[in-house]
Amino acid sequence: MAAAPVTLQEDLASRPGRDTIASHLIRWAFITVSLLFLAGLLFAPLATVFFMALEKGVHAYLQSFADPDTASAIRLTLTTAAVVVPVNTLFGLAASWAIAKFEFTGKSFLITLIDLPLAVSPVISGMVYVLLFGLQGWFGNWLQDHDISIIFALPGIMLATMLVTFPYVARELIPLMQQVGNDEEEAAITLGAGGWMTFFRVTLPKVRWGLVYGVILCNARAMGEFGAVSVVSGHIRGLTNTMPLHIEILYNEYNFVGAFAVASLLTLLAVVTLVVKTLVERTGYRRR
Amino acid sequence: MSIKQPSVLPGFGLTFGFTTFFLCAIVLLPLAALVVVATSTTWHDFVHLVLSPRALGSYRLSFGASALAATINLVFGFVIAWTLTRYDFPGRKLIDALIDMPFALPTAVSGIALTTVFAQNGWIGQYLEPFGIKVAYTWIGVTVALTLIGMPFAVRSMQPALLEVQHDLEDAAETLGAGRFYVFRRIILPTVLPALLTGFTLAFARAVGEYGSVIFIAGNLPMKTEITPLLIVIRLEEFDYKGAAALGFVMLVISFVVLLTINLLQGWGRRRLIQAAR
Repeated sequence: MAAAPVTLQEDLASRPGRDTIASHLIRWAFITVSLLFLAGLLFAPLATVFFMALEKGVHAYLQSFADPDTASAIRLTLTTAAVVVPVNTLFGLAASWAIAKFEFTGKSFLITLIDLPLAVSPVISGMVYVLLFGLQGWFGNWLQDHDISIIFALPGIMLATMLVTFPYVARELIPLMQQVGNDEEEAAITLGAGGWMTFFRVTLPKVRWGLVYGVILCNARAMGEFGAVSVVSGHIRGLTNTMPLHIEILYNEYNFVGAFAVASLLTLLAVVTLVVKTLVERTGYRRR
Repeated sequence: MSIKQPSVLPGFGLTFGFTTFFLCAIVLLPLAALVVVATSTTWHDFVHLVLSPRALGSYRLSFGASALAATINLVFGFVIAWTLTRYDFPGRKLIDALIDMPFALPTAVSGIALTTVFAQNGWIGQYLEPFGIKVAYTWIGVTVALTLIGMPFAVRSMQPALLEVQHDLEDAAETLGAGRFYVFRRIILPTVLPALLTGFTLAFARAVGEYGSVIFIAGNLPMKTEITPLLIVIRLEEFDYKGAAALGFVMLVISFVVLLTINLLQGWGRRRLIQAAR
């Protein structure tokens, strides 16, 4: 954030008339209401995740990861993210270069289209691939004849995750690249540097923190995606269950320690994401 | 005739080509498939699918709970944004960082965690139970989940606007005898109004499509606690692709309208800031 709020002392020093009982009351009312609201809605659920995961002790917590289905869910999530995140990063870099470095017709329309997946329900993001590749979908018969499975298999999970997390890297990089401008790149090119050299030696160092946050956020959303993946996965235990889907299965089986143990891993991932965001913002990079 | 203005920088063809190709392959083509499947039914069938009593019940819950959640976020999001931008207190930076938590947290995690907290024997649910307030497995639970999901969007769109409010104007108004409420109504509110509405709309847009966190805390009873995205999933599991696509099409159209509204609101906010700077 641009300016830090003033402390009570500073505020009163510059605005002596403010030191009234009403001012203090309003101040404390605002802080109390904010904290109570966040405590009930956000902090209590976060604490619950770890409380429930460790309810039967550390041993039971660790034991739940020994379950082969849980292990395979973790593996599947890591595999999916390992494909989706690099692809979306590549897209984000290409899109931000095209949009931030050049002026062309239809630019704002292109940006709106890139943001589109954010406005679409994750369920719809999964459903569109079922309509294309599902058994009764457009390419269903052809795929079956050639013995290729996309829906209820890994490719479908990857496609749905890709669509949902599509905009994240691009959204971080486009405003940042626009903000830092083209002067240095133009100088590099004029002095004889090639396009790739300019990109790696001039552009990338300037936007690296935005890129880091974009990638981390994309990764967190990819690993945590539920709705879209739920539609295309088929929920085959040990085969097409990602971590969030496995949480649902364990939870519905009343295996709360197991469900919250997996949930605790994803919560830690979210915490890491926020820590990286805070560190990146500290380097002076700002979103807006 | 080129669509692009001349530039010494290379790589436009490559990056623009890759961007549009990938966009078409991953986003536009699949969404076009949805539109085609949804519109390939006859008008009569489409109306029948989209206006069935069960679908209407799901719209009522999805849009009603989303609107209520967005309203709650409008009020509390403003209070939180005000607290974080105006007041300093121990732990303010930590709280500020944690606002983004629902955005980074997988929806399934927030779903099971909220259900546990608000269940009859949960940390908060047990205190609401004696008053006859049931949160989990009712529409109230749906609203709670949607409020959590939309909260970061509301707070984050209001924070920058509150920082823009000029303190000298407030001071001047107070010197001239304006009361606290008058200053709020005539100086602060007009400055942050576009941001308030943007925050409301963003929170609403996010809530309408939300699936993961809601299905755990909703009872998922048809007509009562069944949201539209869940009804789509049920139709897909029945292999009723046309029914699912028709409902999806309705949601898609509403998403577009909301997206358009957000763009208009943000444009309005920017214009007002430019006018204020003059």
